[in-house]
Amino acid sequence: MGVELTTTRLEDAAKWAKQSKLDRVTNWGRKFSLFSYPFVTACCGMEFMSVAGPKYDLARFGAEFPRFSPRQSDLLMIVGTITEKQGPALKRVFDQMAEPKWVIAFGVCASTGGFYQNYHAMPGADQVIPVDVYIPGCPPRPEQVLDGVIMLMERIQAGRGHSQLRTKRDALIAAQQAEEE
Amino acid sequence: MSQKVLDALKATHGGAIDHTESQLGDEIAWVKRESLLAVATWLKNDPAMLFDAPVFATAIDRLDWRPVGVPLVQHWNETKPRFEMAWQLRSQKHRHRVRIKCALPEHDARCPSLSGLWPAFNWQERETFDMYGIHFDGHPDLRRIYLYEEFVGYPLRKDYPKEKRQPLVRRDDLPINPIKAADREHK
Repeated sequence: MGVELTTTRLEDAAKWAKQSKLDRVTNWGRKFSLFSYPFVTACCGMEFMSVAGPKYDLARFGAEFPRFSPRQSDLLMIVGTITEKQGPALKRVFDQMAEPKWVIAFGVCASTGGFYQNYHAMPGADQVIPVDVYIPGCPPRPEQVLDGVIMLMERIQAGRGHSQLRTKRDALIAAQQAEEE
Repeated sequence: MSQKVLDALKATHGGAIDHTESQLGDEIAWVKRESLLAVATWLKNDPAMLFDAPVFATAIDRLDWRPVGVPLVQHWNETKPRFEMAWQLRSQKHRHRVRIKCALPEHDARCPSLSGLWPAFNWQERETFDMYGIHFDGHPDLRRIYLYEEFVGYPLRKDYPKEKRQPLVRRDDLPINPIKAADREHK
């Protein structure tokens, strides 16, 4: 096929992640019905409540209900510091979510570890699971979070979320192998 | 504030007290490790003392500590103990308080546990063990409380590398994967 299939990096993936009309309709539906699972570990949680509350109202963008079970949600919001001890738990929560799934790292601690550069803090949640959108700030302003969610919605529409790309790539690899056989 | 506690300690347990000091209203008694348990039992049960409220237990690592202005080589020598163990006690009846301290050498960082007298010290001594590696003799359940069992070393010791992480799980596709690197080293 002559297509590089070993990576999910967006600039490489754009070459082969073409969408059919059905994909576009499906993704349009997906982006307006995000069910988030708040993995809240630290003080950013207060800011998450503010975003989810009536004043900033995340529900305007379709991310209406936080579902407190990973099996019912498709957006994992990592809100706060992730410690090394929490790594296996976070990975397990992510593995339990059904495909397709997206991840937002909320705040600097979830993005890079923030000012915790020491023995216990993980330098970013992307050490354990793939993250789609990073929202900086300590904690981020609600406007930044809304901006991040809109960014994620655009990415979902374009079919360029990590899990979407992974599914697509796996399907292409399977087709390639079938062709060779 | 509680100078009379120190005076009573020195009068009754003179041989067990190294020395006493007062800092900003805190009375500190340095107790010999061998007689720590006897002194603590007396502090708890004597009607004039009645220390019924444990406040905290922690340790201090004096690896390269020295008073300001004194050169390192002059201050430091082999006999100076590396760790200080501190227990803060308070009496709700007499409304006085005292801090008992115990000096522990680096090669033999162990001391008797006070969790039998004050159960609230149970978790605090576990935390001290977790962070400083001080062993408490007679503790009912001495194991790590905050960190995971796989953790090697004691992170709050001054000679623990500042940013040394010991990851439990990492993604497979990381460019720099510490777990894979450790596996390669192991092989």
